[in-house]
Amino acid sequence: MSTTDTTDTTAKTTETGHRSLLVKQGNAGARAVKNRFATGVLTAAMAIAVVPLLLIIWEVTRRGIGAIHWDFFTTDEPSYRQEGGYRAGFVGTAYVMGGAILMSVPLGLATAIYVVEYGRETRAGRRLSDLIRFFTDVMTGIPSIFVGLFVYGFLVSSTGGLGQGFNAFAGSVAIAIIMLPIVARSSEEMLKLVPDEWRNASYALGASKSRTVLTTVLPAAAPGLATGSMLAVARGAGETAPLIMTILGSQYLVSSYFEGAQGAVPLQIYRGARQQFEAGIERAWGGALSLFLLVLILVVLARWLGSKANKLK
Amino acid sequence: MATGLATPLTPHGGRRPTEGAPVVFELGGVNVSYGTHRAVRDVSMDIHEREITALIGPSGCGKSTVLRCLNRMNDLVPGASVSGKVAYRGADLYGADVDSIEVRRRIGMVFQKPNPFPKSIYDNVAYGLRFGPDRLSRSDLDDRVEAALTSAALWDEVKDKLNSSGHALSGGQQQRLCIARAVAVRPDVVLMDEPCSALDPIATAKIEDLMQKLADEFTLVIVTHNMQQAARVSDRTAFFTADTDSEGVRHGRLVEYDATEKIFNRPADQRTEDYISGRFG
Ligand SMILES: Nc1ncnc2c1ncn2[C@@H]1O[C@H](COP(=O)(O)OP(=O)(O)OP(=O)(O)O)[C@@H](O)[C@H]1O
Ligand SMILES: [Mg+2]
Repeated sequence: MSTTDTTDTTAKTTETGHRSLLVKQGNAGARAVKNRFATGVLTAAMAIAVVPLLLIIWEVTRRGIGAIHWDFFTTDEPSYRQEGGYRAGFVGTAYVMGGAILMSVPLGLATAIYVVEYGRETRAGRRLSDLIRFFTDVMTGIPSIFVGLFVYGFLVSSTGGLGQGFNAFAGSVAIAIIMLPIVARSSEEMLKLVPDEWRNASYALGASKSRTVLTTVLPAAAPGLATGSMLAVARGAGETAPLIMTILGSQYLVSSYFEGAQGAVPLQIYRGARQQFEAGIERAWGGALSLFLLVLILVVLARWLGSKANKLK
Repeated sequence: MATGLATPLTPHGGRRPTEGAPVVFELGGVNVSYGTHRAVRDVSMDIHEREITALIGPSGCGKSTVLRCLNRMNDLVPGASVSGKVAYRGADLYGADVDSIEVRRRIGMVFQKPNPFPKSIYDNVAYGLRFGPDRLSRSDLDDRVEAALTSAALWDEVKDKLNSSGHALSGGQQQRLCIARAVAVRPDVVLMDEPCSALDPIATAKIEDLMQKLADEFTLVIVTHNMQQAARVSDRTAFFTADTDSEGVRHGRLVEYDATEKIFNRPADQRTEDYISGRFG
């Protein structure tokens, strides 16, 4: 009792003669100060980090909200007039993303299934899995303009490439390449979360490996897999640089998927923001706001699905 | 050598091996290794039809390993290898032309921790039936699910909520659901690896009763840490222990295998007596 540094005036002993829990000992006071200090610093840091984000949201909303009305989604962009919208861009982005999703999600999922479910069995499989993982990591870090350049050189350009010209398919390939490692990596993590005990239960009932994957592992991981794919879509939908080199951009609706320069919302923002008149710039902000909302919806949906995935365990 | 114990240590459940019961599994000189570690050495024993065979012994002596040999679950462990003779109804279980999937349809398994799928109760039980050899109609499937849940003594508790998640059941109910799932495919043998160790005494008693009923229809092999349980429920008991060799590596081996009543009252080996009387392990 003699070493007790009391900062409290209440009784030091309880009725039973034990030392009261209210008696603060040793460095309790200093600890409380440090704790308050650390909490303060971290809160400030977080506030500073959030400020730019809030400013972006505020600015995009303030400047873009005026452009958003029904016509914005249903008419094409005139070169000078007040009216008109980004229909060409929305349709083009839908084309490009649709193709990119069809290419990257099955492929990414298949990669993850191989790595988690099949690659662990043999030594060669483990090596291949390590290699795949290495390349997906590298691919995640590749600047997107390189991907654009690659697809341009391979599909679009006629010097050394297949010479197909700018088209939505080339854009899909580029975006798919960007999305693939994200899908593969996030799916891998999700499949790993499925406990082995469910796999074993399935095998013990005489299920084959493929049946176990299809009827036990994939359904159990489905919400998480959807989350990963949605985050990849959110990432892909805003890509601009690779699209400049693959679909070029168009103000007017283009219905062909395989032929002709195609529009996309990020490209219309890029060009619109540099126009010399107010209406064009406002449309750019409107496009930015719509993209922002799309990504926001995808992320919120992904998080909601993700929280369901976590509840599974 | 041990002499008979003056008083039985554990109340014996009264089950006795059946005279002349056909042999289901015949193990001869079985060794199991994980990588280079030989976990189990030279196990020889016969397991008889419609009996309950209990495997007991201290932790790490290889009970689960031996059990997993019987339905080739060890195939799924990278680096695991089995040598020696494992015959199932006279045929080599590890023969070149034996399909492990077929093996596991005949020889089902219940795990230590209840592991229902994250699916409805109905779908849990129907799981193995949906890809079985017989194409079942919807009503046949319903009947098989009901029959399986009834034989796992769970039907009355879940018949009104077949569509709710298997995970919404209590631990003991989940384990009975896993038993229902295993018996739904009408296996020949059901292996159970410490099926009650995660359960409270009441749930344990229910599963033990259930084992007695299931033994009319199936051959059961159970691993248990609970000696009273082995004494209560089984016909024959195999006692395993782990020896440490000159290099300090532990190898599991079978010490004694006999009628349960004999193992618990007149063990032939001193180590068995020490273990069941709680002096070691
Ligand atoms: N998957 C595995 N990989 C490597 N070694 C293993 C594996 N499973 C078991 N072993 C080893 O085999 C030996 C026997 O293990 P086993 O699980 O069969 O023992 P057990 O008798 O079932 O023990 P417990 O009562 O604790 O369940 C142990 O030394 C263990 O380390
Ligand atoms: Mg075990």
